[in-house]
Amino acid sequence: MVETTAPLPAVGTPPVAAAPPRLEFDIVPRKGLVMVAVAMVMLIVAIAVNKLWPLEFLHVASGAAWTIIDLFLGLVLGPIMGSMSIPARVEFTTKLMPKMVLIMPTVVTLTLAAGWQLASKLGTVQSSYPQHGWVVASFIVVGVMAVLALGLLEPANIAVLYELKKPRPNPAVIEKLMKRFIYCAGVLGVMQIATLLIMTKLASS
Amino acid sequence: MSKRKYPPFTQLGMLSLGLIVIGGIYLSAHIPQHVPLGPAIALLAASTLVLVTNLTLLRRVDGFAWPRFFQVARWALLAYAFTAGMIEYAFLRNHLSGGPLVILTLSLIIYALQVPTLIAFTVARYDTTDFADPEASAP
Repeated sequence: MVETTAPLPAVGTPPVAAAPPRLEFDIVPRKGLVMVAVAMVMLIVAIAVNKLWPLEFLHVASGAAWTIIDLFLGLVLGPIMGSMSIPARVEFTTKLMPKMVLIMPTVVTLTLAAGWQLASKLGTVQSSYPQHGWVVASFIVVGVMAVLALGLLEPANIAVLYELKKPRPNPAVIEKLMKRFIYCAGVLGVMQIATLLIMTKLASS
Repeated sequence: MSKRKYPPFTQLGMLSLGLIVIGGIYLSAHIPQHVPLGPAIALLAASTLVLVTNLTLLRRVDGFAWPRFFQVARWALLAYAFTAGMIEYAFLRNHLSGGPLVILTLSLIIYALQVPTLIAFTVARYDTTDFADPEASAP
């Protein structure tokens, strides 16, 4: 089993499609790092004080953001992007993807860390909890989503930004990576429905 | 047009991640009961083996953009070491200790190494000749 990649066209060699325009942008928006730092401090404090309200707030708010972003990206924005012209898609990508580099790891970390602490506090993580099977099911769904997001989605996100930074971005590479990103986001969006089902079941039991 | 052949780096990386995720779920599902550590240790060892094998296979690829790989990997390592630290903090805050803590900590180390290598590989495999381009560098 071997992955094969054809070398990209050298500079001066016309690629299959016209090279997209090169746009100026930061792969990691520095201003956004301040917001990430604020969110992380909130998380550290919430876990340290171990009070119900801050933990519940962080878990529910960031979990809702994670779910909605995945659903919206995979099922709404993805098909729209697929129908856009290449220059429009490139411009949209250079504005969206750097933000996603910061937003997704942050909401995922907030959701999982606050969720674990909340479950520990409420005792729902313990095997004696009557709905323990549902809790384990949520671990499995989140585990599968984590492997997909960390193994496919995040690398594609970063790689497409590096490609767009090049003096002569290769449209075939961008197309391939964006397809991977959007399809993966779509699968994650569908899996988020399973998360919603499990979480609402746990909340109403 | 010549073709550069890569090992199935992404697939093996996801397998390695999957193994530690299964180990983590296995341990978490038994809290606070006593849990046999054998399966979790086996999954962690297998995950580590896959990670090492993956990097060894990648070393054999001629012309791979290692400078770009390490450039991306070190920034990603910084970010994922931080998220691993946050998860570890939650474990310690909940008084997790003993064997499960050791295994989960080692699993987090594998996670913090594996994800940056996956990101760095995906970037470096499409790298051409413009590594010296200062505008294409990480923040």
